Amino acid sequence: MKTQFVKRVVAATIAAALPLAASAADKPKSLNVGMTTFLTGPASVFGVPARNAAEILVENINADGGINGVPVNISFIDEGAGAEALTSEYRRMVESGSVEVMMAAISSGNCQTLAPLAEDLQVPNLMWDCGTQRIFEENDYKYVFRTQANATPEMLATVLYLLKTTPDFKTIAVVNQDYAWGRDSWDIFRTALKAMKPDVEVVAEFFPKFGSPDFSTEISRLQALRPDVILSTSWGGDLDTFVQQASQRGLLNTSTFVLPLAESSLERLGSALTAGHIVGARGDHYFLHPDRRDDEDFQTFMQQYQDKTGEISVYPVFHASQAIAALKAAYEKAIEENGVDWPSEDQLLAALEGLTFQGLGREVTIREDNQGIEDQLLGVSVQTGDYPFATMENIMIFDGDELTTPVGQKSIDWVGTLDAGFVDSVTVDSYEN
Amino acid sequence: MNLAIFLLALFDGVAYAALVFIVALGLTLIFGVMRILNVAHGSLYAIGAYATVSLTGYFLALGFAPVFAFPLMIVSAVLVGILIGGPLEYFLLRRIYDKSEVLQLLVTFAVFMILEDVQRLVWGTRPYFESSALQVLGNVSVFGVTYTAYQLILLPLIAVVLLLGMRFFLRHTITGKLITATTEDREAAQSIGVDADKVFLFTFVIGAVLAGLGGALASPTTSILPGMGADMIVLSFAVVATAGLGQIEGAALTALMIGLGRSFAVYLYPEISVLVPYLIMVLVLLVRPEGLFGSPAARKI
Repeated sequence: MKTQFVKRVVAATIAAALPLAASAADKPKSLNVGMTTFLTGPASVFGVPARNAAEILVENINADGGINGVPVNISFIDEGAGAEALTSEYRRMVESGSVEVMMAAISSGNCQTLAPLAEDLQVPNLMWDCGTQRIFEENDYKYVFRTQANATPEMLATVLYLLKTTPDFKTIAVVNQDYAWGRDSWDIFRTALKAMKPDVEVVAEFFPKFGSPDFSTEISRLQALRPDVILSTSWGGDLDTFVQQASQRGLLNTSTFVLPLAESSLERLGSALTAGHIVGARGDHYFLHPDRRDDEDFQTFMQQYQDKTGEISVYPVFHASQAIAALKAAYEKAIEENGVDWPSEDQLLAALEGLTFQGLGREVTIREDNQGIEDQLLGVSVQTGDYPFATMENIMIFDGDELTTPVGQKSIDWVGTLDAGFVDSVTVDSYEN
Repeated sequence: MNLAIFLLALFDGVAYAALVFIVALGLTLIFGVMRILNVAHGSLYAIGAYATVSLTGYFLALGFAPVFAFPLMIVSAVLVGILIGGPLEYFLLRRIYDKSEVLQLLVTFAVFMILEDVQRLVWGTRPYFESSALQVLGNVSVFGVTYTAYQLILLPLIAVVLLLGMRFFLRHTITGKLITATTEDREAAQSIGVDADKVFLFTFVIGAVLAGLGGALASPTTSILPGMGADMIVLSFAVVATAGLGQIEGAALTALMIGLGRSFAVYLYPEISVLVPYLIMVLVLLVRPEGLFGSPAARKI
């Protein structure tokens, strides 16, 4: 009789515990994460710093005891090997069963390829760097989250900064790389500019080929046209070459340059980037971030990064920090909310919805459509002599909420509905430097 | 289009053509003499640029005057020719002269891929920029447009000197005549006592030096970064093929056509500027498959 009773109690306890047991997971030996990044090719100017940063950040987490006692283990896939190799590597990594979370990618094209793949493979994927705004505007995803902004707030913030600091310009020319980003970013920029300042005249549009070694002809023509403002959303070697050649030939003295990605080239450009040109950072990313530079965690990381690489941190480092901060925050939130040792995949996905986390910049929140809301920092170049390269002054940080396309709308349509009043109504924090 | 714009486009085109010609000259010389299309030429160009940037950076840091950058360009080019070009011909290409053209192409392509990775190992993936040489010469103003004297005057001047020098060398010096003779008929030349192996080695080193020199001369004007060699080999191959393989004067004329075509496109219709070199190539090859200056080759067997 007694044994019967014990059996029943045990059975009842097990039955009661079952739903819990089914939804929680066993604590793994390590949390394995895969990250796609450019280790080869022109975009390795972003990919290599991001990898270095990710390694430091993961070491730091593990030195602190990992996430709920579980150490993090990160491995990398080279995006430079081409889309074919990338997708098969991604698939292999996920299907081998060793990876719980993926982080992809830098290239917008790769994001568009990998987002549906992550959905198919049912692996949580943090889109950590790519710019395309189309991902969540054209599709719904359950497994894909973005831990940063996208091209729309980045371009919109640039237009706003330009209109706030140089309201009276009349003519603009553009020199962008001839690929998806160069074309798309100009579409958003032009649409926003035309909406908020319809009287601006676009005097020239150049799309030199990606990786072009020579902009001499474009520069000659720009000197003949003398536009008030010259926009270039180029990056890496292309941006360096363009600014250096323009600087050599005095074009920086006659036109104001607007360079939304120049933060990542500041150190390499040295003295070539003279004072008075608008510098952007694809978010609130700057090694002298005015809100964060006095914080201990920020200073410690900047020192670690400089010791490891000999360079200053650039925006992909910040983007990597955001993805890793989101990863840690999501696991901790899922563990706490469910009262488990280790969350199941569903619990993790639930935790990522509406998650707020902080990397090296300000706090970022993931919106209901899985898009991250990130603030945008821009400034004007200045050569102070403190560094052998240009730094920023008159910094403004725009509130990401107001610049991100509302859920369910298409960026180009939404940006086209803005008007001149938007320039004065946006929330912005200003800093001298 | 008024006269001022026309002249501006002309200047830009000439400056660009000069650089392309210097690289294509080495490529076409090697092909003319050795009948090998050396894809690794692009790597030699890139390494010439990297070497110049590193050497210039090093010596300027020691306190040398910026004008010192010019001799360092020549030093880099010669180093590339002797340290990379020499062993490449002696240990590798020499073994495959009698093999099929496809194999030769694959071997030089393999060397190109290996050297691309070597660059990445040595110099990393960060773009370099070192323009001391260009700044020394200052700027020139034409119709209110500022040019660098380096691009507007020095580069075209060097291209012309190289063209004339190469013509003189091949036609009026003993070594040049030996090279021409070996090109014409290798077996006949050997039978009268010409050391063809030596001629090939010498030619390849000269070609490699020219590739390195192209890189060295390009280095003050552009970012030095991985992949620059691939772009250049494609463009200079377009020049060489359009001119007729092995045609030095043809290469000069074609480089000029491509340079001018590209710069006028930027003024008139920027969208097609990338297409222009290849458009010219296709048009020429449709009409003259052997190239502008090439003559239809009779197969020996």
